[in-house]
Amino acid sequence: MMTYEQQYDVIVVGAGHAGCEAALAAARLGCATLLLTINLDAVALMSCNPAIGGLAKGHLVKEIDALGGEMARNIDATGIQFRILNTRKGPAVRASRAQADKQLYRLRMKRVLEHQANLHLKQGEVTALYLEGDVLRGVDTRSGIRFLGRTVVLTTGTFMRGLIHIGMTNYPGGRAGDLPSIGLSEQLGRLGFEIGRLKTGTPARLDNRTIDFARLEAQHGDDPPVPFSFSTTRITMQQVPCHIAYTNPRTHEIIRAGLDRSPLYAGVIEGVGPRYCPSIEDKVVRFPDKERHQTFIEPEGLETVEVYPSGMSTSLPIDVQIAFYRSIEGLERVEIMRPAYAIEYDYVNPIQLHASLETKLIHNLYHAGQINGPSGYEEAAGQGIMAGINAALRVKGLEPLVLGRGEAYIGVMIDDLVTLGTREPYRMFTSRAEFRLLLREDNADLRLREKGHAIGLVPERDYAGFLRKREMIVAEQQRIATTRLSMEPAERELLGVLGLGEIQKGTTLEQLLRRPEVTYAELAMFDDVSRETPSEVWEQVEIQVKYHGYIERQLEQVERSGKLEVVRLPHDIDYASINGLTGEVREKLSRNRPDTLGQASRIPGITPAAISVLAIALKANAWKRHEG
Amino acid sequence: MYVRDTIAAVSTPPGNGGIGIVRVSGAQAAAIADTIFKPVNSGGLISHRFYFGAIRDPRTGETVDEAMAVLMRAPRSYTREDVLELHCHGGMLVLERVLALALACGVRLAEPGEFTRRAFLNGRIDLVQAEAVMDIIGARTEAALRLAQRQRAGALSQKISEARGFLLTALALVEAFIDFPEDDLGETDTASISCNVQKARGIIGALLAGFDGGRILREGISVLIIGKPNAGKSSLLNRLLNENRAIVTHIPGTTRDIIEESVNLGGLPVKLLDTAGIRHSDDMVELEGISRALEKIPQADLVLFVCDSSRPFEAEDRLILDALADSRVIVLLNKCDLPRLFDLPGVFDGMKQLKISASSGEGIEALKEAVRTTFLHETDLDSREFVAISRARHREALVTAETALERFSTGLATGLLLELLALDLRDALTAVGSVTGQTTSDDVLDVIFSSFCIGK
Ligand SMILES: Cc1cc2nc3c(=O)[nH]c(=O)nc-3n(C[C@H](O)[C@H](O)[C@H](O)COP(=O)(O)OP(=O)(O)OC[C@H]3O[C@@H](n4cnc5c(N)ncnc54)[C@H](O)[C@@H]3O)c2cc1C
Repeated sequence: MMTYEQQYDVIVVGAGHAGCEAALAAARLGCATLLLTINLDAVALMSCNPAIGGLAKGHLVKEIDALGGEMARNIDATGIQFRILNTRKGPAVRASRAQADKQLYRLRMKRVLEHQANLHLKQGEVTALYLEGDVLRGVDTRSGIRFLGRTVVLTTGTFMRGLIHIGMTNYPGGRAGDLPSIGLSEQLGRLGFEIGRLKTGTPARLDNRTIDFARLEAQHGDDPPVPFSFSTTRITMQQVPCHIAYTNPRTHEIIRAGLDRSPLYAGVIEGVGPRYCPSIEDKVVRFPDKERHQTFIEPEGLETVEVYPSGMSTSLPIDVQIAFYRSIEGLERVEIMRPAYAIEYDYVNPIQLHASLETKLIHNLYHAGQINGPSGYEEAAGQGIMAGINAALRVKGLEPLVLGRGEAYIGVMIDDLVTLGTREPYRMFTSRAEFRLLLREDNADLRLREKGHAIGLVPERDYAGFLRKREMIVAEQQRIATTRLSMEPAERELLGVLGLGEIQKGTTLEQLLRRPEVTYAELAMFDDVSRETPSEVWEQVEIQVKYHGYIERQLEQVERSGKLEVVRLPHDIDYASINGLTGEVREKLSRNRPDTLGQASRIPGITPAAISVLAIALKANAWKRHEG
Repeated sequence: MYVRDTIAAVSTPPGNGGIGIVRVSGAQAAAIADTIFKPVNSGGLISHRFYFGAIRDPRTGETVDEAMAVLMRAPRSYTREDVLELHCHGGMLVLERVLALALACGVRLAEPGEFTRRAFLNGRIDLVQAEAVMDIIGARTEAALRLAQRQRAGALSQKISEARGFLLTALALVEAFIDFPEDDLGETDTASISCNVQKARGIIGALLAGFDGGRILREGISVLIIGKPNAGKSSLLNRLLNENRAIVTHIPGTTRDIIEESVNLGGLPVKLLDTAGIRHSDDMVELEGISRALEKIPQADLVLFVCDSSRPFEAEDRLILDALADSRVIVLLNKCDLPRLFDLPGVFDGMKQLKISASSGEGIEALKEAVRTTFLHETDLDSREFVAISRARHREALVTAETALERFSTGLATGLLLELLALDLRDALTAVGSVTGQTTSDDVLDVIFSSFCIGK
């Protein structure tokens, strides 16, 4: 084994969505960073659907952007259809989604990595961590080079002992067309990590020249497209539509007839699959009464004929795939370019992580992305940036950055993972966030820009823009709170038109805006200043005024729950010796080893009573130590 | 683990006749035994053995009582500390003297429930057990004991998880339409959402109603006996007391006019307030007596208005009646064995009335039954269904849930945004779950994935 001459601060293993953000964050924070990946032509490759965002995922992307990450800018530069979802619902549950040109997405990210100062991007498969005793020193690669690093971030995605299934045929692979990662997970198991097996799947890629789009319903993006990044001003890529098609009873019949050759139903696959992303055979079996299932035919890029039929993932054999895709109206002549497949892979139980994403077993080792259980590019990237930040902070000898559940979806996700662990692929949903009304896409910058800037990840130019916006919001809030209606005849007439004839003289603009039937746009009819307010400013003002009561309520909840979050549980705490805990509670705490009382309180089966006992025990212990 | 002082208390409830126990817990327990207890066969006490002997005042050498003593060395004792128990049989006065001897040796009087608290803090019992034991300690009647035991066995948990189930379904219905806008789920099913919420509210409402029963079983209810002189209050009181061997205590700080008595009425602990002092209001002193009795009315859970049906309805009756407008009242037409002169159709309309004879005992059983059912409604003490929440914490959680659901229902009716409705539902779920320690997020997703075909 040859030892490479340069010593790195941070070594990131895997250039997937987690690895790219981790490496960029560490390098941007000034750490000498190495990013190793199995195949340099597959950097930031979208293994599954060519899209970024969606409910809760869009939220994650905006948070990554606010912290100084890359994902939002990358999709803004390469997106070919942008849509805001849930526009008829309130601002908290509106989310951005975009189709990506898959190849451009990967190439742009690679270029950003290549030009990032402090960052070396190299091809190489890591086969083992290099440890001296139990001290982590670096990584070993298949080509015989040992790289030394002070910290290591593992972001291996679906690659560790990856096994691809198409019908009853299976073969090792990290993703179709990519080699698996062999050796690493065995070593992790030996080191005491709990290794589990998960499964996910992807649909076939189809040739769009063999689809009769005239018979499908087109779905266009928003016009004008709204970007993800707080720093992007305009989307310049050409925009294209998706199309909607439906399965029918015949499709379902074909699928049922092929079930005996499905590795899932034949019991060949042992990994646990995601319930939110079931294969088409799962849908047909579990919801037999549903007469049709919808699929969005999504373009994979501007320069390719390949398209992606969403919701149609399967591990059925190729002949069944051909038959059922062709049974769909408009797809009668369809040609499959790449078959659908399922993949099984190793993951490491995230319960063995601190909230910083550092492992509890090995100092200076961090895990991020699908290796921790979650699937999804955005989930991976959100963890990646945090792992990169925290590895860098460790190198600098600083305290880790941990986002709270009331602060960010990233915080909710990581807390869920490290507190509860996961037995199935984890995906972010807005319903996982108990403080959902606070965690909106629109205020991700207000929530996180400052933090990103404080650690040094948000560039000064972006930060200055943010500060300007924030000042304008405050100023406008004050202005409408103190500006009163004059009740001149013109104004009176306008109020009448809006059905607000009973409004009294002296009413402030804020009071007017608080009424359910009045939006900021209507407010602008009453005074010239409002008309000049930039949209990102009045949007905040409107939300703050209209949802004031609810926002206050949630802030209060955050504060109340926050008290437990700051109480740390010592790492060496012996739960068996704490009197007053039931056997079940002791066992759970000993297994999960939460970092804080707040985390403990979220473990199922840990009652408020048990939390009081813990609180008492901590006090007694502190007192005892003090005495001793 | 916890170094603490030694405590002592009389640990049998007062008034249980026969034997009483003085219990001492802490490091000084053995020393106390040496100082105040002289076993018949001399020598030190061996742990967990009973010794017969005498309790002596160490200063005077006087024997205070004959007693059995047992020393239980830590950790094999209720509190996991050294515990000394002195089983005396001299009644309350003697017990108090024995306790005073222990206290004179420098131990501290235990606070109520402190033995249990130590048992809990020293890991002898867990908090759930401790809470239940606290209730058992306070349970002055068998019914309260049964309630405490049932709660331990999980009857409450079962009701709670039923309510939780309905709320989870409702929330899942709401959340599915928020998180999966592209999943072809059809229209929001408001009817089914509100139906589930109604079911949950039903259960929570019943639990809250039962809560009053729970408090009453533990703390007892106060019943005020009021009536003009010679209406028969005293004989009624005696009738109730004689049959129940209650301890009579004159509460210090109150005037002689009001006497408080504890009694057990058909399984229900009752504090009887007798307004013995009501007289004609001719002079100032008497007037004060009446007004004092009337002042007590708002504090009583129930008022027994004793009327003398052998005499006409008089001004004093009217005075009392007017003061009872906002109270729970049972009108007792006493002296029903005498010819009836008391005839005022309409005066007592809408009030519960019973004919009794305090002197002969006629109607007394019916009265007890009436008092009992006033408080326990259909939640029969003996019924296995009876689930009451006897802990303030639980009640508070359920009230929070109920308030949130009230808001939810109003919001649903006025077409509030789904995610705002979800907030109320979630608050309710969190509150309900806090009783049994269940959290929410993943359970909601479980329901969503099993009810909807999700997966774009
Ligand atoms: C078939 C399939 C279907 C999927 N379906 C969905 C879906 O429906 N919905 C969804 O949300 N997500 C889906 N995903 C998951 C999604 O692609 C991942 O969640 C996301 O890409 C994870 O990002 P990551 O950075 O953790 O890992 P990946 O994007 O998988 O990247 C891992 C990277 O690490 C590299 N690597 C691995 N091991 C080593 C090693 N030992 N040494 C060096 N480099 C290494 C790999 O080469 C790769 O570049 C699917 C993935 C696959 C493969």
